[in-house]
Amino acid sequence: MRRLSDERTKLLFEKLSKFIGPNVKLLIDRPDGQYVFREHKERVFYVSERLLKFAESVAPDHFVSLGTCFGKFTKSGKFLLHVTALNYLAPYAQFKIWVKPSAEQQFLYGHNVNKAGLGRITESTPKYQNVVVFSMNDLPLGFGVAARSTAECKHADPLATVCFHQADIGEYIRNEEGLL
Amino acid sequence: MDLVAAAFEKIEKEKEKYKPITVTKLIDLDYYPGNLLAIDTNELDKNQLKSNTEKYLLNLARDNTQLLLNKIWELPAEKQEEAVVVKLPKQNNYVLPREKHIPKPRPLTKWEAFAKEKGLQKKKKVKVTWDDILKKWVPVHGFKKAVSEKDKNWLIEVPQNADPYEDQFEKKATAKKERVAKNEFSRLRNIAASHNIKVPNMGILTSDKLSSTELKTAEGVAKLSTASLGKFQPRLRKEKENVKQKNIPGVQKRKIMVVPAAVEKASNLEILDGILNKKPKLDVDKAVNKQIFVEQQQRAQEKKNEKPKGKGKRKGHAKGGGAGGGAGAKGGGSKGKKSAMIASKIGKVKGKRKHGGSAGGKKVGKRYSGGGKRR
Repeated sequence: MRRLSDERTKLLFEKLSKFIGPNVKLLIDRPDGQYVFREHKERVFYVSERLLKFAESVAPDHFVSLGTCFGKFTKSGKFLLHVTALNYLAPYAQFKIWVKPSAEQQFLYGHNVNKAGLGRITESTPKYQNVVVFSMNDLPLGFGVAARSTAECKHADPLATVCFHQADIGEYIRNEEGLL
Repeated sequence: MDLVAAAFEKIEKEKEKYKPITVTKLIDLDYYPGNLLAIDTNELDKNQLKSNTEKYLLNLARDNTQLLLNKIWELPAEKQEEAVVVKLPKQNNYVLPREKHIPKPRPLTKWEAFAKEKGLQKKKKVKVTWDDILKKWVPVHGFKKAVSEKDKNWLIEVPQNADPYEDQFEKKATAKKERVAKNEFSRLRNIAASHNIKVPNMGILTSDKLSSTELKTAEGVAKLSTASLGKFQPRLRKEKENVKQKNIPGVQKRKIMVVPAAVEKASNLEILDGILNKKPKLDVDKAVNKQIFVEQQQRAQEKKNEKPKGKGKRKGHAKGGGAGGGAGAKGGGSKGKKSAMIASKIGKVKGKRKHGGSAGGKKVGKRYSGGGKRR
């Protein structure tokens, strides 16, 4: 387990800032103690300094997970965000999409959100903006990319895709072994 | 006499039933009784073959079989357990042509060619030899030989005019390594020679087409091969930012230093500032969408301002017109004040009546009106 290199830190922050913008600062600069990003086997963990000290006694071979896994670096060198990061993205999210109860299940099975299932959307969401998906009673369900801007959504036909799926909490069951 | 004549007649009749065992052929057949095979080289009667194929072929086959059997019965026969048996000859059998061509002999290696030219004979080597110093049998090859060498050569005499500070053990080890490498090289060269590939006398083989990893390695090496170790090397077009260092031989990855948390935080914040303070590019799509949004906001505002005057009139009109119009007006009227909320509710223009009931009670920022409002 080691610190992220500068390039990788940059990749990580770029991805996070697509969802939460300047709020990334709040993840690094926390009043309740030091929190850091650590890398192990290409996975990035967000962990408190206090917990990190305990973990130092674990041999790298036996190390499985620590703190919150934010995602991993793919073989082609990109950063892939996992659902496990949702807990930190949801409260700070800048652009949100609310999904109707009828379309919740479809999204949780890994499908895109179409216009018919769209409950609400943050105003002035640009096209291809990374968004966090909520249920109508503000339960974070996952995240994705807005396929249309807010203005375009209005005139879209009911079957048109509004949000491309990236990750959802259904993955905790569907993709259990891939998450960590 | 009548009796005899009748008997003859009977025999003749019997004979007529069967075909004669003598068959005449223009050209005699080639017989291979050992294989029970006869080959007929006579010409076929084309007319008959065309007009009466089946019968002609059947007759031909019978005749030829008859001839073959005649030939077989010419061979010495003997009786075994009340059955007459012919012993088929083993010589003069028909030789079937080979399907595949005869395999070529393996080309001689360079050493084998040399040995043949010189007339060198292969000697059988012993597998174990008696070692006088160790007082035991030592194999010529294998790990036990290596172990015994270690036991035996724990001390090496420094030769007369050798550098006294030279490590004789190391010298021996490198000499052995080189011998092994040379053997391997000549083995590969023999393989190449047997495949008709030209091989240079020295060095290794280079291929015409490099693989992508090899190209990347070459690129990385070329980039690093400047006086400043590639620090000021301009980047090529479409070149990826960081060529993976594992591709470059001899360059080791530097370990990331452990730093105190405060320093790490500061550096992280610095990186983050770099990302957040980027000048935004002029995104035409985004700008257009923003403009559309502002215009729609304005239009909605204007309509809202107009509404209070003609509300009663409109309502009445809508009721007369249909339920859809009524719902639209109602929605607009009740939620009009909450337009400041950031979220906006989007209802389908046509499906509004369906969802209007369930969505009406929930938090709604702004409603896009149905058909009634537009009109």
